[in-house]
Amino acid sequence: MSLSTQIREVARADLVVERRTGDTFRIVLPFAVVTLIIFSLAMGGEVAVLRNVGPAVFWAISILFGMQLALRTAALESPTRRDLMALLGLDPAARFLGRTAASALIIVAFMAILFLTMVLFFAPELPMGWVGPQAAALFLTAIGLAALSTLAGEVAAGTRSRTSLASLIVAPLVIPVILGGSQILEAMERNSGILIWILLLITTDLALLVAGVGLSRPLEEASR
Amino acid sequence: MTASVELADVDVVLGGKSVLIEVSLSLSGGESLAVVGPNGSGKTTLLRLLATLLKPTRGQGSILGQNIGSPEIRQVRSDIGLITHTPALIEELTISENLLHFARLSGNPFEDCLRALEVVGMEKAADRRVGDSSFGMRRRTEIAWLLVSKPKLLLLDEAKSGLDVEARELVDALVGLTLNKSGIVVGVSHQTSQLGDRFMHKRRLASGRLEGFA
Repeated sequence: MSLSTQIREVARADLVVERRTGDTFRIVLPFAVVTLIIFSLAMGGEVAVLRNVGPAVFWAISILFGMQLALRTAALESPTRRDLMALLGLDPAARFLGRTAASALIIVAFMAILFLTMVLFFAPELPMGWVGPQAAALFLTAIGLAALSTLAGEVAAGTRSRTSLASLIVAPLVIPVILGGSQILEAMERNSGILIWILLLITTDLALLVAGVGLSRPLEEASR
Repeated sequence: MTASVELADVDVVLGGKSVLIEVSLSLSGGESLAVVGPNGSGKTTLLRLLATLLKPTRGQGSILGQNIGSPEIRQVRSDIGLITHTPALIEELTISENLLHFARLSGNPFEDCLRALEVVGMEKAADRRVGDSSFGMRRRTEIAWLLVSKPKLLLLDEAKSGLDVEARELVDALVGLTLNKSGIVVGVSHQTSQLGDRFMHKRRLASGRLEGFA
């Protein structure tokens, strides 16, 4: 079976499972929105302060919840399921890429809704023509977060404390992704170029995808 | 090529503990082996080793023509069928969606899965979510998949445990089908009665050591 067919199938199954369980949009998203609203209330309702901190709060909550969303899929996979997938002839690289693709789609939708909520409650001053660059920032950040979390899940698979270990792996490595994603609107406000931040995100995403594909097979063998 | 399984003085150490010690066995196409042993004797580890999902710590062997522990062993994995204690289906998908998933990943036709569901008496439950299905239904779904994938090496870990008479007969039928096609079957259980009488060879596993024919 071709790699692309397996990638599509892994992503499709993960998305169907997500649609059925509704974990992201019925459980995690409401929590994230409530956290965002609590932040806005805790700031004392001063409009100038809210406008300034809104995007920073958005990124902090997005990364925190987004990371957990992507890690959850890997954490829920039982060793028995991993064995079955191996016996079906599933290429570990296809599993990594399919799972990353599904997580990225979920995270980008999650971040888009959260961003609109932030705009509603914090009313930040957004620069002219922000929609395109911000959409690119969310998209590229989601890919980075998904790839990093999936890779961390693979590294931690088979260990007893895999959920906490995966989070520890992700936390330091997520910095370039946060930096790239959060600085795009900032750079537009300062009238400085956004290309460097876009390139940072693309480079990080590519590095994570290449690392994930390259390490998928040895990591699968090591997890047993 | 005739199916074969060879293990020579294989040790498996997991978490610093010797789980299998100097295990040797040799099986050819059309042969079946029942391994009986108490809980914790290493039965599941033996099956995972035969399924190429574990590497030996010491010793040599080959599964379906490929050396165990070699990178090429991956090539034979799709010819191996494994039934474990707990059916490894995706809870949130329906029974037919699980089979569709397996078919797409392995390149088998989905139409064969639907026919196999009829054979195991599950056609009316095809649209039921696995999470809402009984243990017996999950096991029948696995059997349906193995009827489609036609493994050359069939590995059964307490496969009849918790099944009704009809479902136990399906397991026997699967064993018979595999052997008729010159495949190899290895079944493990803590009770001889759980395995049935379709196995040619019977051995006992005690504290990681595979003892002689009973």
